[in-house]
Amino acid sequence: MKRKHSTLYGVMAQFDNPSALVAAARETYEAGYRQINGYSPFPIEELSEAIGFKRSVLPIIVLIGGIIGALGGFFMQYWMEVVDYPINVGGKPFNSWPAFIPITFECTVLVAAFSAVLGMLALNKLPQPYHPVFNAPNFALATRDSFFLVIESKDPKFDHDEAVRFLRSLEAREVVDVEL
Amino acid sequence: MDERDDDLHTSIHATHPVVGTELTFGSVTDKISAIVLKRKTPIGWFVGFAVSFALFQLMLLTITKMLFVGIGLWGVNVPVAWGMDILNFVWWIGIGHAGTLISAILLLLRQKWRTSINRFAEAMTLFAVAQAGMYPIMHLGRPWLAYWLFPYPNTMGIWPQFRSPLMWDVFAVSTYATVSAMFWFVGLIPDFATLRDRANSKSFRIIYGMLAMGWRGSARHWHRYETAYLLLAGLATPLVLSVHTIVSFDFAVGIIPGWHATIFPPYFVAGAIYAGFAMVLLLTIPLRKIYGLESFITMRHMHNMAKVMLATGLIVFYGYLIEAFFGWYSGNQYERFMIWNRMHGPYAPYYWTLILCNGLTPQFLWFKKIRSNLLLLWLISIVVSIGMWLERFVIVVTSLHRDYLPSSWGMYKPSQWDWGMFIGTIGFFFALLFLFIRFLPMISIFEMRTILPEAEVDEG
Repeated sequence: MKRKHSTLYGVMAQFDNPSALVAAARETYEAGYRQINGYSPFPIEELSEAIGFKRSVLPIIVLIGGIIGALGGFFMQYWMEVVDYPINVGGKPFNSWPAFIPITFECTVLVAAFSAVLGMLALNKLPQPYHPVFNAPNFALATRDSFFLVIESKDPKFDHDEAVRFLRSLEAREVVDVEL
Repeated sequence: MDERDDDLHTSIHATHPVVGTELTFGSVTDKISAIVLKRKTPIGWFVGFAVSFALFQLMLLTITKMLFVGIGLWGVNVPVAWGMDILNFVWWIGIGHAGTLISAILLLLRQKWRTSINRFAEAMTLFAVAQAGMYPIMHLGRPWLAYWLFPYPNTMGIWPQFRSPLMWDVFAVSTYATVSAMFWFVGLIPDFATLRDRANSKSFRIIYGMLAMGWRGSARHWHRYETAYLLLAGLATPLVLSVHTIVSFDFAVGIIPGWHATIFPPYFVAGAIYAGFAMVLLLTIPLRKIYGLESFITMRHMHNMAKVMLATGLIVFYGYLIEAFFGWYSGNQYERFMIWNRMHGPYAPYYWTLILCNGLTPQFLWFKKIRSNLLLLWLISIVVSIGMWLERFVIVVTSLHRDYLPSSWGMYKPSQWDWGMFIGTIGFFFALLFLFIRFLPMISIFEMRTILPEAEVDEG
């Protein structure tokens, strides 16, 4: 019973509180839908789990960034002070590694922080000026006090009428189509 | 003191809510975004901005004059070559530290009350660091060559000298400024989206829309966002400790009596937090009154901030006592003389005022009555800010002006341009803050939503 919905992004249900959204998201996931997403005015820990979102790779990116920062910071100093331009400062060894630690630490934090921010934006595909969900009539309330659940049309199980009927059964305040 | 505050102070125990009980998702959103989007700008805003912007011109004038005549304009000379520039640098950067403490360390410690003040405190951090950064650059003598401090491949074929604490400082302060700015901006993204969706005028919608970068509150986005925010907090926590530690190394690595002490790093970090909380109180007490934010920034916040100030103030005072003890116990005549000279020398009034401001004044904060009196709390914050300025004056000037060789002793007096620069940076700081409270949400809207009772997910 699969139909092509070339102009439909999905169907969206609106809820009044976080508990209703999380409960609805769980039921939708259990009903077999996989291409679903929740939208809320603030982070809800239970929600990402309810829509079946697995662990993010972000911490690994940040760890790698931190390691690059640490090695880069230390060996930058090592190369400059030992290899490229060795000068005798107060009789200290060229490789005065304890004196290189503060800058090594700062470089670690700097690169790790950049990895966290840019990694988060890249994984979220932001900046993204246009997205179909903004077409939904009440969606401006997603940054105020409303909670939304979307079943996307690319879901293998997606059937427009069936999805609408299913979302209505979840005590949604309103169910609307979201155009591409 | 109105009745409401009185009631609050009697029931201020741990059960006291960190937000007003009447708030909802909608009202939190509307109240905070209205300050930026809908409410008429108070006349006091225009007056305050005009005054601080005028003072900012004094800074520009001072810098212009300095560029023409050189740093002979300042009162610095041998033996006191580090005068107001360095002490104001340390003072400003210390103030910044409370912002990071509130936003990062208290986040990791799951202190919910940080939520209503973290945005504002982070802005304060950013603007204070901007002031701080200007001083060492202007003190270079040839500030247009400040980029020489960074290791970049150059035709001279040389590299910076990384064994020097001054190089550590360059990296610490620039990293701190960058990470604080990123942390602040990331925190603002969801609120930019809120403002985009609430704005009435097209231009505001476009500007906030671009800043929000298409944020739509998707659950997947929130998940990564929270991870990134937590990791940033984890990175900012050791960073903030490292920054003031490294600032203290500027002194402690030198062999000047009174600087060469192992207690400097912890004592500087505590002093920074102490001064920073004083500045947060100094700013939030009038602000919450003017903008009617009593249900967001409650008496609980005031008490907690006062307690942090008391705790860090005691550490700072302990630092003063230990400095004096070390001076005596070292048995070193130069160290002993340095302490004697601080207490009895030409700058003794500064030292004793410092003890009065930072040693005795915070003791008032032991009393709940005083912590509940906003006027007293505000006055204490001013005294603490002055005290922390004096502390840096005492450390920088009294150590330098009489060191090992009596024939090279001297006196230091800030010139009028030193004061011009200092007052100018205060003006710049406040001008930036006024712009911030007018155009950006001064309280994190989305984080306020998370601490409301209705944000609890009930899974039955």
